[in-house]
Parts: sequence; structure tokens; C-alpha cells
Amino acid sequence: MTAHPAGPVAAPAAAAPRFEPSLMRRKLAGTVFLGVCLLAVGLLLLTLAVLLWDILSRGVPWLDAQFLTSGPSRRAARAGVLPALVGSIEIALLVALITFPVGVAAAIYLEEYATDGRINRLLRTNISNLAGVPSIVYGIFGLALFVRGLGLGFTLLAGALTLSLLILPVVIIASMEALRAVPHAQREAAFALGGSRWQVVRGSVLPAAAPGILTGIILAMARAIGETAPLILVGAVTFVTFLPNPIASGYTVLPIQIFQWAGDPREDFQSLAAAAITVLLVLMFVLNALAIVIRARLSRHLTW
Amino acid sequence: MEEETPVTVTTPPHTPSGTQPPRVPIRIVTGPAGAGAAAMPAPQPGEPGGHGEPGGHGEPGNSGNSGEPATTVRLEAISCWYGGFRAIRDVSLDIERRRITALIGPSGCGKSTLLRTMNRMNDLVPSFRLAGRVTFDGVDIYGRGVDPVVVRRRVGMVFQKPNPFPKSIYDNVAFGPRINGYRGKLDELVERSLRRAALWDEVKDKLRQSGLSLSGGQQQRLCIARTIATEPEVILMDEPCSALDPRATLQIEELMAELSRDYTIVIVTHNMQQAARASDTTIFITMGDDRAGYVVERGPTLRIFTNPEHRLTEDYVSGRFG
Amino acid sequence: MTAAPASFTRRTPVRERLVEAFLALSAAIGILTTVGIVAVLVFEAVEFFREVPLLEYLTGTVWSASIKPFRFGVLPLVTGTLLVAGLALLIAIPLGLVSGIYLAEYASPRIRTVLKPLLELIAGIPTVVLGFFAINFISPILLKSLVPGIGGFSVLAGGIVVGILVTPLIASLSEDALRAVPRSLREGAFAMGATKFEVVRRVVVPAALSGIMASIILAMSRAVGETMAVVLAVGANPQLTLDIRESVQTMTAFIVQISLGDTPAGSLQFKALFAVGATLFLMTLALNLLSDRVVARFRNRY
Repeated sequence: MTAHPAGPVAAPAAAAPRFEPSLMRRKLAGTVFLGVCLLAVGLLLLTLAVLLWDILSRGVPWLDAQFLTSGPSRRAARAGVLPALVGSIEIALLVALITFPVGVAAAIYLEEYATDGRINRLLRTNISNLAGVPSIVYGIFGLALFVRGLGLGFTLLAGALTLSLLILPVVIIASMEALRAVPHAQREAAFALGGSRWQVVRGSVLPAAAPGILTGIILAMARAIGETAPLILVGAVTFVTFLPNPIASGYTVLPIQIFQWAGDPREDFQSLAAAAITVLLVLMFVLNALAIVIRARLSRHLTW
Repeated sequence: MEEETPVTVTTPPHTPSGTQPPRVPIRIVTGPAGAGAAAMPAPQPGEPGGHGEPGGHGEPGNSGNSGEPATTVRLEAISCWYGGFRAIRDVSLDIERRRITALIGPSGCGKSTLLRTMNRMNDLVPSFRLAGRVTFDGVDIYGRGVDPVVVRRRVGMVFQKPNPFPKSIYDNVAFGPRINGYRGKLDELVERSLRRAALWDEVKDKLRQSGLSLSGGQQQRLCIARTIATEPEVILMDEPCSALDPRATLQIEELMAELSRDYTIVIVTHNMQQAARASDTTIFITMGDDRAGYVVERGPTLRIFTNPEHRLTEDYVSGRFG
Repeated sequence: MTAAPASFTRRTPVRERLVEAFLALSAAIGILTTVGIVAVLVFEAVEFFREVPLLEYLTGTVWSASIKPFRFGVLPLVTGTLLVAGLALLIAIPLGLVSGIYLAEYASPRIRTVLKPLLELIAGIPTVVLGFFAINFISPILLKSLVPGIGGFSVLAGGIVVGILVTPLIASLSEDALRAVPRSLREGAFAMGATKFEVVRRVVVPAALSGIMASIILAMSRAVGETMAVVLAVGANPQLTLDIRESVQTMTAFIVQISLGDTPAGSLQFKALFAVGATLFLMTLALNLLSDRVVARFRNRY
């Protein structure tokens, strides 16, 4: 206490001159920063608006029955997206069909069964790291494993399997979150009734987690529908005039079709690309809306 | 009725500086007044002598020869709401300068809310609403043109859980002076603040280490050092020891006694022994059936704990309720 | 060992054992995928490095995979990738960080409920759509009028679209990091007489710094692995340049180029695809692991 023997150290009158809070300047800095914030957010929203306007203003006029019911053509006026649209829907359904059982099973194992901390942690770390692998690397893997290794060739099935591997971490993580959200009491109640682990999971936990899991899968489908790069590697081709058969060679999907048209500098083909993008966005929008509805519907019956 | 009473509360003695004598666990003791050191803190020269119960809420007594009013913070007919919930009903009270005032009462009765009206911390809660007047040295701190930032520099606060910034010990203490444009030597101010918070000897060799590397009690003293570095006039303490062990709690209480020579301290506590040990004035707050808090009784700590006027106070301090 | 009385034992039915085996197998698919990816990349890349020495690959400055004489120096692809990713981050870091701060600290709940889905919308735009936006709007309309001498394909156009792509990632991850900063720290700073901006700048952002860094590293990884937008915006011209008005080729764009052409399996070009894929995988893996580390440090903090 050498600095101030007994004197009124905190006597504000004596201390005041040594502080120059310059409140005006500090407040101004805050205001300026808030302005910067609004500018950044505004710029983002502006970008989104310009992007949507650029696409819709070009694409919507081209959307007609003819566009939705024909295949690609060398003449823009006669071109359409039907094979690509059907290909996208088929591939999305296949992906859902494959990832649903596997993804949910993996999530159940990790959340409800795995007891060994080390193995559990390894599996979880691995899954989160898989989610960070570039999609094109999955394409390379799909090419080596499904197309060549398993001899599936350049088929829609090979494409769906490749996308399934890509989407699986997303489905697993979403399902794990849904399972984790089920209150512990729910499990204990079922165990107390003498249920085995599987009976508890199937009869009690899964139904409660169903809305979350379903939502996760639908959102994953939306993501799969937009993927392009891996499908280029596993042989989705750009000029398909027929509707795809999952195990026969030759299929296309919307993003691939968009990619091809977008790369064509002729004005009409740019518009075709914009129109196909509109279809793709509508499809994704429908899936997202579906996810929201399902979450709202199912969780209404299961409130706690 | 105050100082002559045969009933004594042993409060931390105000030793001049440095070492505090070891103290027995403090209890409310009935019997003849003990040694001089264990009596109520002697009024400081130049301050109003016996600070009795201010009956009613007249003008702040301007009695002392220091020229300072005895009251620093004054709440006038304060009511508070969080959204539709009324947390405080019509509370009026005075906080005396350079005294330790304890707010006690059952949990959830609005002690913290009341404390936070004194430095406008509740402004940060969007649904918060306040009616009534809070004055600081006569100025309405909720008045038009009053900036809460200014209020908070002059009315510092120490929180329930130690909350040092994840910065070095030095930067924690230097935070306030830096933002408030301190013109003196920062090193000296940091050292002085840490010394005042009785922390200097423990940290002087590791000022660059993170404040989070300290123990809980040290962290809380760091937060006190951080608060006094901006040289406030009032220090609000919101259950400052509830996260600390008994030893660290005692250190903080000794520190409070030391600091009360220069600062006005308001402490919220649910620990009645702490209020009894460490405060000069005690205000008992409880809540009505609608859970809105109100003041039941206010008086010198000694009297509140030994001879409360109100039945509710008696029940609470004797542990029958709360 | 004393056997439990019969009334307390229960043989796990075969069906439940099968179920459990299926569950475990599913959980293992992630590991199998990882092992598979690494095995495929290593196996095929080794084939490639039998014909092209590793040193030549790593230090060569000319990449010519389709025009003779074939040269496989990966540096042009790597610099092209890093140039695009770097530019993207230059755009995305300030934009994403500031938006994240705004969402976490300033926006009212009402504004947040509108803004967050919009950001998610941007994050969910398929990358091929952003590629279209680049060649249909950014390059011919925006950049042509602003940057003299810029071509239809450029690093700049690629950097901008990839920047748009990863901005929401930085925004939402740093928002999470900022929100994770305990309220008590904010209150502590306010109680010292700090203004809102001072609380944010001097306490909240520094406290969330590791989380923010992790989000930036993840964005970098995302930008490096980004494919379709880059193929369409940057073109396929593998050259070693730092001129952002030039067209270059990224690693991902090369992979796409090879798989679009009729490259026979087993040819050197086809093997090069795997070598480049392995390089890309290693780069993103390193970034992801780094980000995990930074996040782990962050968790131990409070």
C-alpha cells in the first residue's frame, strides 16, 4: 500500500482528470461498425437477390410444358429437361433408400449401443472428418469402387451409391442429433418395463426421434440433388434423350445438364441453363418445405 | 440503539493495512461488548457519526463536514418488470457512502435485480422495464441524456461467478483504464489496483499469464482489482463469494472491509453469516405472493440480526424461512 | 463363477444379435469409406509415380496433361487452387465475420429469424448454379466493366463465387463461436463502462477467436475442394501465374477435365487424376485436422 498511504485513493474528484473517456469518439466507432455490419449483410442479400433475379428473369420465360417434357436437343428451342429431371428424382430416391437404413443404424449404434469410449470417439471423429472431404474425392472413390471395382459401369446405381457415401455423414450426424434429443426418461421408462436394448430403441426411442431423422434425410436428399462433381466422375453424361434405367448405362441429372448448357456461350443455351436451374431450385425448395412440414406435423404428436 | 447495544457482531476489524489478525469463525455473539477491535467499525473522521436508520426518505443528510452527502445511491419507489412479470414492487432505499450495505433475502426475491438497477445493467435485458427513480449523488441515472456507459464506470460491479476475461492478468486490470482513456502510467495503476485487491504478491511474477489460470478466489480478487482500476465510487457485489471456498470467502470479506474505507459497497448475499460479519447496514428483502420483491426492513446490521422489528425478518435471520 | 438362477437369465435372441451386428457394420461404414478412399488414392497414385518421379511432380512448373510433350509438374495446379481459395477467403473473411458478429451480437431475434434462413439459402445453392452465375453475370457484366483486360474466365471470377459460397459458412460458424462466449464475460465488460462495440471488439471476439479461426480454416478447406463453380468460372488453363485476371486451372478442374474427356483407363493422364486427387485429399485433410485442433483448444478454455 505504498502508493497511497491512507488518502482517499478513489476520491473521484482527484482521479477524474486522469481519465479521458472521450465517449463521443467511442460511440462513433460503434456506430461506424454497425454501419459496416449492415453493409456486409446488405451486400450478401444483394448478391442473393441479383443471383436469383439473373436466373429467374432468364429462366422462367423458358419454362413451359415443352421444356419439361422433352430431352436435350442441338436446337435450343426444342430442348428440355425431362431425362435430367427424372434422373435427379430417381437418384435422390435411391440415395434416400440407401442412406436411410444405414445412416439411422449407424446413428443408433453410436448413440445407443457403443459403450467403448475410444472406439466411439474414433468413429465420431472419422465421420466428422468425412464430412470435410471434397465431394470430387468421393467421385474418384466411386469411380474406382463402384464403376470399375464392382463392375457397375457408368450407371445410375453407381452414381446413387457414390452420392450415398457422400451424404451418409450428413444423415448420420442429423440422426444422432435427433436421437440425442430424446429425453433420457423416455429410455429409462422403457427399460424399467423390462425391455431389451433393441426393444427400447425400436419401441420408444426411434418413434420419438423420427421427425428429426426424417427431416435430416430429406435435407440430405436436397443436398444430393444439387451435387455435380462426383457424378461427372462416375459417368453421368450430358446428352441423354431417354429416361434412365438404374442399372443400364447412360443417365443424366439436372446439375450435369445445367453444367453442359452453362458452358455453351450461345444466348439461348444460357437461358436453357437458367431454366434448368429454376427447375432444380424449385425441386430443392419443395424438399426443404417438405422437411419443415414433417417436422411440424410429427413433433406435434410427440411433445414433452 | 445502535452502538451502545450490549449485543455485538464481530465484523472484520479495520486494521490499518496489510496483515489481518486471524479471526475466529464469526457468530452472532450475545454478551457484553468485546474488545474494541471487534466492535462496529469506528466512524471515520469527517463522517456523520452514528448512522441511524434514516426514517422515511427525506433529503440526503448533508451533515458531515466533508461536504459530501451521506447517501450516494438512492432508490425512490422502484418497481421492475421482466416482460409481464413484476420482479420488484415499490422499493425505496438509500445507500450510505463508504459503508457496506448488504441486501439479504430468500432466493428469487429480486436482490440481484435491485442491485442491477444501480448501474443500469438491467438495460441489457430486452424485456426489462423500470418505474421510479434511481439517483446517484442526486443525479437521476435513468434520466434523459444519461449514458449507462458513464454510470457503469462510476458504479462498478463484481459478479457471482468470477468472470475474468480470457486475457492476461495485466490486460484484465488494464481493460477499464484503456477503454476509458487513462492518461497516467498504466503499469503503476495495474500494480496499485492489484495491491488494493490484495492480489499483487501472488501474481506479480506472472502478470502475462491468463487470468483464467488463477484459482477461483484469486480470479474473484482479480475481478475486484479490475473493477477498482477504473476508480469507481460504488462497487456492487452480486453474491461475490457464492462460488468460492470458505478460505477465499474470508479473504474477500477482509478485502471488502479494507475497501469500504474508500468505496461505497453494496453486496447481495444469501449467506446471512456473511451479511452479519461483513456489512454495516442490512436491508432485508422478501417477496410477496406474486413473487415481486419488496423491502421489509432496513437497519444497522447488528440490530437486524439481533433485534429485528419485523416478524418476517426475524424468521429469515433465524433460519426459519429462506 | 456362480451361474445366475435361470429365472434371471435371458438368451439374447438371434434376431437381436443380427440387428446389433447390422448396426455395428453400418457404424463401421464411415471407417471403411475412409480406408477405401485412402487405399484407392494411394494405389493409383503409386502407379502414377512409377512413371513420373515424385520430385518432378512436386516441383515441376509446367502441367500439360493433354498436349504433347506431356509434363506433370503440379505447381501450376496448386498455385491456381490456392490463388482462387485465397481470393475467396479475402472476400469471405471480412464479409462472413462481420455478418457473424452482426447476427450474434446486434441483430434482434426478429431480424435473426429472417436473416439466418437467407444465409442458409446462400449456403445451399448448388455450386454449379454459382458457376453459371459466374459465367453469365459476374464475368461478362460485373468484371468486364470494372477490370480492364479481363477474360471470360479468370481467377477473380472464381474467387468471387467461391467467396460467396463460403461466406455463410464463416458467418454461421463464427456466430456459433461468438454465441458460445459466456454472458458473464459480456456483463463483466459492460460493468466496467465499456460501450457495446468495445465489449464486442475487445472481449467477445478475442474470446471466440479460436472458433473463428477454425471456421476460416474450414472455409479454406471448402474453397480448395470446390469444383463446379471453379470449373465454370476459372476455366482450364494450367499456367503458373499470380495475375488474377488470368484463367488458370485448379486441381479439381483438372480432375473434371480428365473425366469429361475420353481418357482411357490405364493411361498416364488417367493415373494423374488419382495423383492430383490424392494431393487434394491430403491438403483438405490437413486443413480439417488443423481446424479440429483449434476447436479442441477452444473447448478447453472455459
